[in-house]
Amino acid sequence: MPAADIDIQKVAKLSRLSLTTEEAAHYEKQLNGVLAYIDTLTAHDLGDVEPTAHAMPVFDVLRVDEERPGFTQEKCLSNAPKRVGDQFQIPKVIE
Amino acid sequence: MSLATSTIAQLRQRLTAGEITPRDIVQDVAKAIEARNSELGAYLSFDTEAALNEADAADKSLPLGGIPIGIKDNMNVTGQPCTCASKILAENYTAPYDAGAIQKLRQGGALPFGRLNMDEFAMGSTTENSALGVTRNPRDTSRVPGGSSGGSAAAVAGDIAIAALGSDTGGSIRQPAALCGCVGLKPTYGRVSRFGLVAFASSLDQIGPITKTVEDAALLLNHLCGKDGRDSTSLDVEVPDFTTGIGKDIKGLRVGLPKEYFIEGTHAGVSAAVDAAIKKLESLGAIIEQISLPHTELGVATYYVLAPAEASANLARFDGVRYGHRSSSAGDLMEHYVKSRSEGFGPEVKRRILLGTYMLSSGYYDAYYLRAQKARTLIRNDFTEAFSKVDVIVSPTSPAPAHKLGELKDNPLAAYLEDVFTIPVNLAGLPGISVPCGDIEVDGVKLPVGLQIIGKPLDEVTVLRAAHAYEQAR
Repeated sequence: MPAADIDIQKVAKLSRLSLTTEEAAHYEKQLNGVLAYIDTLTAHDLGDVEPTAHAMPVFDVLRVDEERPGFTQEKCLSNAPKRVGDQFQIPKVIE
Repeated sequence: MSLATSTIAQLRQRLTAGEITPRDIVQDVAKAIEARNSELGAYLSFDTEAALNEADAADKSLPLGGIPIGIKDNMNVTGQPCTCASKILAENYTAPYDAGAIQKLRQGGALPFGRLNMDEFAMGSTTENSALGVTRNPRDTSRVPGGSSGGSAAAVAGDIAIAALGSDTGGSIRQPAALCGCVGLKPTYGRVSRFGLVAFASSLDQIGPITKTVEDAALLLNHLCGKDGRDSTSLDVEVPDFTTGIGKDIKGLRVGLPKEYFIEGTHAGVSAAVDAAIKKLESLGAIIEQISLPHTELGVATYYVLAPAEASANLARFDGVRYGHRSSSAGDLMEHYVKSRSEGFGPEVKRRILLGTYMLSSGYYDAYYLRAQKARTLIRNDFTEAFSKVDVIVSPTSPAPAHKLGELKDNPLAAYLEDVFTIPVNLAGLPGISVPCGDIEVDGVKLPVGLQIIGKPLDEVTVLRAAHAYEQAR
């Protein structure tokens, strides 16, 4: 287990969040506290234990590949914060 | 007396006898909300006219025909808001579809009525992380209702809802039910479809009822469960009639007391109330046995790896493109993402996204996520072993009664440790209920205490039977 030491601005970037300097210092302190607590997991020998992803068994679910009713285009776009005609609008990505 | 104080069972009887109509119920609940919601802050919104129209069309012959049910504001109901108590969804989101559990409710005849406050994206145990308003405990309005389904529990306990739905990821149904003095049931993971429940931690989230009585919890659960092809984790298993254990005795029921759940640090009043409840169970013929769940101490740490990690992935969908808040001042696409998310999410949600992202980032996965999944196996095995000896396990639901508003604010670790008795149940995917087990006097106010009863996977019937027998005898 790595020592609890979080590079908060790097993590914020990965999270697509921006933090002010004060926020960064505040979160860094709090999260290092939480990580130090989480380090209690290191005290236990977990080497050979099988990991559990879900408490109940999970299987791939397949359905018959045939047409069925779904959302209309209008329904999909109904909550768009910005749209142009039948499309979601996003900031320009190609120069 | 207002019908809002009634139970589902009572209303069903009077509806069948023709004494009242669904419209009468919705009107009384609406009046109760108007009278008391400004004090409790349980509802974020409600549409009485739409509910009255649905009430007039309700099929009273159905088991829940014409009964209004309050909905935690993280479940999609067609045409209603679904804010998750977050600014990111508060401005301009109207649900275009019904969640799987809501469809089941409607098939049973119930009417989804009102949107209930919660911690933002269900992250918290006080409802203070709501970005949209404060919810207060009906017993003492200077105190929190618990959380994250705090609005649901406050509405039911405060008699401004007949019953409600909550969601439980680490205790978010059971703990607020305990703190407000009502009944809250988290079903076995996979019992209830998560389709249309805004995801927090997908491997732990489960929808369940918050009600005034144990019988109502069974009645409501009867119309929530079943396989849903749109949720691959929903279980393809038979759905029993959950009321079959209601009214049956518990003679010979083996009740386990895990020594790790009866520890220092639990409020003395809570310990006393739970001890008295155990004696009551014994007097009803239950066989009390000491058991051990040796990896309990790993529970909170395990949860605070898995839940934020899964949350950080789930909340990546909030990108300001398809729905939700979009920053008006962004230049390029990256800035659009960062500003939309930073303006939309509140502090606790950011904290957990940061934590989860860190733990899933390159080089840390094995150290945190994989390790926590291994610890999860040990916690699950503890329960499997224990359930070879006992039928149910009992404990306090929460180590303390309701805190004062603000008491745990900005102390995340202290707040996280409040979930110590409820978290392992989610990690193991088990059913668990909180049932009121008395009051303790704090600062001159009687605050409710909850008894948690945990069952074997898919054995909600026994959990409800034990809870009902206790509730009736208390």
